[in-house]
Amino acid sequence: MTSNDAVAPTASTPTQPVLRATGLTKRFFGNPVLEDVTLELHPGQVHGLVGENGAGKSTLMKVLAGVHQPDEGTVEIDGQAQQFSHPIQAQQAGLSTVFQEFNLLPDRTVAENIYLGREPRRGPLVDTAAMRRDTSELLDGLGVTGLDPDRTVRSLSVAEQQIVEIAKAVSYDSRIISMDEPTAALADHEVELLYAIIRRLLDRDVAILYVSHRLKEIFDLCDTITVLKDGQQVTTQPASELDEGALVRLMVGREMSAFFPQPTPGTEVGEPLLTLSGSGNGYVDGVDLTLRAGEIVGLAGLQGSGRTELVESIFGVTPLTRGTLTLDGETTMISSPRQAIRRGLALITEDRKAKGLALGQSVLDNALGVVRSVFPGRTGEARTSMPGVLSSLEVAARSLDQEVQFLSGGNQQKVVLARWLSVDPRVMLMDEPTRGIDVGAKHAIYELMRGLAADGVGILMVSSELPEVIGMSDRILVMRDGRLAGDLPRGATEEDVLALATGADEHEEVVA
Amino acid sequence: MNALARLRPTHLTSTGIVYLVLVLVLVLGAVITAAAGRNFFSTGNISAILTGTSILGFIAIGQTLVILAGSLDLSVPYVASLASLLGGVTMAGQTCNIPLAVITALGVAALIGLVSGLVVAYLHVHGFIATLGMGLILSGYLGTNFKGSAGSAPRDFRLIGALNIGPVPLSTIIMLVCAVLVILLLRRTRVGHHLYAVGGSKDVARLSGVRTQPPIVLAHVLCSVLAGMAGLLLLARLSVGSPTIGTQGGYDLMSIAAVVLGGTVLAGGKGNILGTLGGVAIFAVMDNVMGVMQLNAFLQDVVRGLVIVLAVAVYARRNADLRPARFDRSRAPRHTPAPTTAGSAA
Ligand SMILES: Nc1ncnc2c1ncn2[C@@H]1O[C@H](COP(=O)(O)OP(=O)(O)OP(=O)(O)O)[C@@H](O)[C@H]1O
Ligand SMILES: [Mg+2]
Repeated sequence: MTSNDAVAPTASTPTQPVLRATGLTKRFFGNPVLEDVTLELHPGQVHGLVGENGAGKSTLMKVLAGVHQPDEGTVEIDGQAQQFSHPIQAQQAGLSTVFQEFNLLPDRTVAENIYLGREPRRGPLVDTAAMRRDTSELLDGLGVTGLDPDRTVRSLSVAEQQIVEIAKAVSYDSRIISMDEPTAALADHEVELLYAIIRRLLDRDVAILYVSHRLKEIFDLCDTITVLKDGQQVTTQPASELDEGALVRLMVGREMSAFFPQPTPGTEVGEPLLTLSGSGNGYVDGVDLTLRAGEIVGLAGLQGSGRTELVESIFGVTPLTRGTLTLDGETTMISSPRQAIRRGLALITEDRKAKGLALGQSVLDNALGVVRSVFPGRTGEARTSMPGVLSSLEVAARSLDQEVQFLSGGNQQKVVLARWLSVDPRVMLMDEPTRGIDVGAKHAIYELMRGLAADGVGILMVSSELPEVIGMSDRILVMRDGRLAGDLPRGATEEDVLALATGADEHEEVVA
Repeated sequence: MNALARLRPTHLTSTGIVYLVLVLVLVLGAVITAAAGRNFFSTGNISAILTGTSILGFIAIGQTLVILAGSLDLSVPYVASLASLLGGVTMAGQTCNIPLAVITALGVAALIGLVSGLVVAYLHVHGFIATLGMGLILSGYLGTNFKGSAGSAPRDFRLIGALNIGPVPLSTIIMLVCAVLVILLLRRTRVGHHLYAVGGSKDVARLSGVRTQPPIVLAHVLCSVLAGMAGLLLLARLSVGSPTIGTQGGYDLMSIAAVVLGGTVLAGGKGNILGTLGGVAIFAVMDNVMGVMQLNAFLQDVVRGLVIVLAVAVYARRNADLRPARFDRSRAPRHTPAPTTAGSAA
């Protein structure tokens, strides 16, 4: 992550709390998800909320926002007891929330989404011109440029959509804003934009409740940190009293060894599994790359540089129309995902809600989805091994029959991983595999990746988190504007990657 | 279809496509009609086509509203029949009864829509089922209480169905005025915006502080009232009310087809009235041309069916690749070396 001046965490000054939650408890179907949580938010300060997947962070935010009602406990705003039965009441009381789930209407414009529910009017009619103008002003005020208020949300990139969600929450002029993993979909340089937005909010004395799995952000931003584990409040401490190691220990409950596992000794980078030469279509162009057995190749680049498009093209979502693709030494064409899967490819998508999971189905059905449809003969075998796979990923679900929609965000991501592991792919294309996943499980996924590599799987990993790209990759490919801008060996620095990604260092360009 | 694909610029909206298809159908229609030795653009024929749009137009505008809100209305043909009967019986041939008759017919239609809307919005019964039930109830009522046509429309009321302003029938003008009002409702009122939101995602709407029920109820009420207006127009044309006039027209499925042909997404949340009007016009032109060609009824249905399915297939394709391409296909070869033999490029 590009280190930059963080929002200076001030030592907590004894101000009056704007929000005080006392003894909050929430159960779903009798299972406690939050137990006796007590929390204070102060104006102009950021309160960090961390914990493993399923710890109850999102549930806490939803209780505060009036989406869920607490079974026990009270919420006070400015000393006044509040009981919200609908999110609008929380908004009216001055609290708005950026939810973890996608919360926009894809077919409506940016302006319509931001002002949904409180469209400005002139007389009886909606003043669409004012709505557009206010949206532009709002975005300008947040330092966001180049986002046309008239574009439909569907046509925006995931990061732009996230920015619209944040802008929407900010536009309520609330005194309290909670943000549930607002950076999960953002690349590092976009995180800077969020920091800037948060700084502006703090200047206006807004209190912020902030959930993230990226610990650096927590330390950059937060004055106070609360750790949740299995719905229990482990601690609430000033950030200055903690460091990353201590925080991880509190979250995971154990010591963590070297964060990025090294290649298992004896792992040999073998034969080329997948080779592209001069490949392209409408979205990517002139791609030359080789992925060998046992190798983890990182695919870095700015948001919109074509990384997702490249892995989707390889996987046959938008088939390649130019160049040659060689798989296991055989020139071939992949024209659909089904064909890709049959040839031993797997794609873990970036956008799990839209492309990865059937939310209304059970954990087990989702995990078996791919095997069932592509290799029906292997379903029985996969069914027997699946519980083991799921528990090795530390999926926190009540049972395998639980509907996926009731899992926490991070646990949903793990189910996506499980469904692809069950087809024994030779080539794994991973698009942001650890997005929204807690540190403990992240580590588990890294080890899993190394394990797969040791078994001769070739992995192409897209990631917006530079430490992850650098820590995990044996080689890094950098994309820019739909083309490969260069190839970096293990040991490259964040600066090297960024230089290629932004084109700042043209002369150093190495064509793969 | 291929020619169409080449014609279309990349940023063409689905409404744009609808009107492109309409133009295509018009041209084809003109050619075919000319081949049959008649003039497609004669005042009489234009007027006939426009007349054909008005009844389906009313119903399809209403259907667009409920579909946008994520619901559906299958009771429209029965509402239209009932309105024609109530109107006809109340008028009983007397001009002075017209206002009362119109109010009665539309009031009852509104009430029916209100009930359906409340059931959909508050009891969470899907519109498909709620209005299927409502349709059955109405059909039972019509069947037991009216053995055949009843009532009669006075001459003044029949004028609505007969009067033309230039080549444009008065009924079409009324329909277009309704369309403009509904467009205004959708684009420029809060409830219109909320109707799109509720149809797009109830959860998102709710979390944004929108009360999700009123738009759904309103959509059903308006849809029913518009179906009632279609019924009154049928009364004006036939001068008697009839318990089967709505079902004969097959307006339930035809209106849904017109809405979908107009580019509105059946799942709700996306679409517009302009598209629907285009869809209705396409059907009207097709019917006219097929009438000129004296195609038998069975073949007419086959053609309609094909057009609907093809249109939806085209929209689905467009939605699949909404992302703009970065590398234009025609420009491509410049960047790419000719594919060489399969070899390692590392
Ligand atoms: N509506 C619901 N019904 C039943 N169980 C639920 C519901 N919402 C959440 N849960 C359960 O509550 C627990 C806490 O979920 P929550 O979403 O709060 O976790 P989280 O800390 O936000 O995790 P993540 O980091 O993965 O987002 C999980 O075990 C989840 O399965
Ligand atoms: Mg969460």
